[in-house]
Amino acid sequence: MAEIELRRIEKSYGETAVVKGVSLSIRDGEFLTLVGPSGCGKSTLLRIIAGLEAQDSGEVMVAGRCVDDKRPKERDVAMVFQSYALYPHLSVFDNVALPLRTRRLSFAQRLPFVGRAVPGRGGIEKVIRAEVEQAASMLDIAHLLHRKPGQLSGGQRQRVALGRAMVRHPAVFLMDEPLSNLDAKLRVQMRAEITALHRRLGVTFVYVTHDQAEAMTMSDRVAVMTAGELLQVGQPEQLYRDPQDLRVAEMIGSPKINVVSCDHWISLGASLPPGIDGNTTHLAFRPEAVGIAASGDRRLNGVVTSVENLGSDIFLNVALADGCGAVVVRTHPDISRSEPGRPVGLQIDPASLLQFDGAGMRLRQAEQVEAAA
Amino acid sequence: MIARFPYRRFAGRIARHAILILTAAFALLPFVWMVSLSLKPPEEIFQADFHLWPTAFHGVENYRVALTAAPMFRFLLNGLLVCTAIFALQLLVCIPCAYALAKLRFRGRDTLFSAVLVGLLLPPQALAIPHFVLLNVFGLLDTYAALILPWVISTFGIFLLRQFFRSIPDEIIHAARLDGLGEFEIIWRIMIPMTTPALAAFGIFSIVAHWNDLFWPLIAVRSAEISTPALGILLFRDDEAGQFLGPLMAGAVIIVAPLLVAFLIAQRRFIDGLAVTTMK
Repeated sequence: MAEIELRRIEKSYGETAVVKGVSLSIRDGEFLTLVGPSGCGKSTLLRIIAGLEAQDSGEVMVAGRCVDDKRPKERDVAMVFQSYALYPHLSVFDNVALPLRTRRLSFAQRLPFVGRAVPGRGGIEKVIRAEVEQAASMLDIAHLLHRKPGQLSGGQRQRVALGRAMVRHPAVFLMDEPLSNLDAKLRVQMRAEITALHRRLGVTFVYVTHDQAEAMTMSDRVAVMTAGELLQVGQPEQLYRDPQDLRVAEMIGSPKINVVSCDHWISLGASLPPGIDGNTTHLAFRPEAVGIAASGDRRLNGVVTSVENLGSDIFLNVALADGCGAVVVRTHPDISRSEPGRPVGLQIDPASLLQFDGAGMRLRQAEQVEAAA
Repeated sequence: MIARFPYRRFAGRIARHAILILTAAFALLPFVWMVSLSLKPPEEIFQADFHLWPTAFHGVENYRVALTAAPMFRFLLNGLLVCTAIFALQLLVCIPCAYALAKLRFRGRDTLFSAVLVGLLLPPQALAIPHFVLLNVFGLLDTYAALILPWVISTFGIFLLRQFFRSIPDEIIHAARLDGLGEFEIIWRIMIPMTTPALAAFGIFSIVAHWNDLFWPLIAVRSAEISTPALGILLFRDDEAGQFLGPLMAGAVIIVAPLLVAFLIAQRRFIDGLAVTTMK
């Protein structure tokens, strides 16, 4: 049982506030992803949970107990780092065995040189060897145990880092962009392996990434951070369909959500959808909520600038007239007959239009009106 | 491209090697001369015409005098003792200091590091008098302690090791803390094994400096029993110097030899240690 509760965590380095009053509760056994652009404070937050950094104010609770005065090793958390942080001078076996040795061997048994001679060490070492080998075979690295990290590929190092984290059965797994040093193909494969590992271990995972695709595909819930603030926490589906904040809408989903300001909407001669809220300044819609039609009155009109064919889908980049921005349209290959330079009109599904006010906050009343109508 | 200009490449290589040989010869000449003199009889040393190899081989004689007229083995042993003690104590002080300056965050760290840099600028000669007075107060003059203690805190060592420790990623230290290592264990199990080239480089700097040091032993020590090699061979120099020049040079060759051997053995590590970019 290890739910994590963050209460108004603040952290600044000198004048720069990195984490601004973040409160978040993570359920036991949950896979929660912190996603945000680089420098948004998500890694700092993770290091605060681990105890590697001290917060300026606020509380961290793990399993219902405040751990603020506890050192990292006493928090029962394990961490996987972006660079894997393996010890280059130790073999894979020694890397994985180290957390067990520091916990199980007594102070005297760990002393340099003389530690080996202290009675009782042999028996403990035997148990440790068995556990390391078990973790290694689970991760398919049993044949690499005698190698040094420098002799391994990126994917193998990643597995060793996972092995070192899981071998001591921590209550919480923290992962700081663990896949960003891998090539694209391996990354997709490791995503699946990490989610499988989460299912098998059943412990709490907190996963930090800047890649929204990782957040969407792996997590039970996603917490979106920007500039030290937590914008929204929810299931991937919910963040995609129902973002609270324009920044969340823009961060989640690829290609990015289309945003057109109301001023542009009007200056292009398109009619605003009915029931729109008076405070709305921006309208946003997903690429798949747009259809291509003939250009015409009371519609957003533009010119196709480029066509990206992905096989299953086609992305059309459409430049709106008068420099009012660009829109991405996602269509089926058999529907689209567009080529660059062709003028088109955009047919937007009114039900999937999201309205945001000047501060980027979502406005909902209008939607309810729409739903009623 | 390469195949088309073989001649130019060849000429370039010749020029490069010529320059290197010339510089090397310039640096090595005194050394060669020292070896040459150590093999010559006294009459030949002051002859007007110069032969690299002596016309009358007097080497055996010179080296016999060098080894017997003064307690040469004693000097070498003293040198070994003093240099080892200095280096060991320097490591004991420098490694924790460098680790703290490189990897721990605490108030006043940058000021302390500036102090280290200032210490780096101070020539050791400037501190000779205060050290002398201090040792006199504690009654330690003319002891091994007088030779060792003033060098125990090496600002150069702190600086060098700090730079190396900084190049070790923070994530490794974070991982070590999560794995349950204490700070001293991090130093022992992680930092030291990862920076052995730097420690070896520092070791060579330290040992060469103190093995060859004449200035400080001359001030701190008077008894022959605790003389270091550099101080010891001064015994061959008397007012009539000429008579003993051969044995003096032979003594010099003897005290330089261990360093040369040690360097040749540790050469690769030494160069690794100076090329900071090899850290991975």
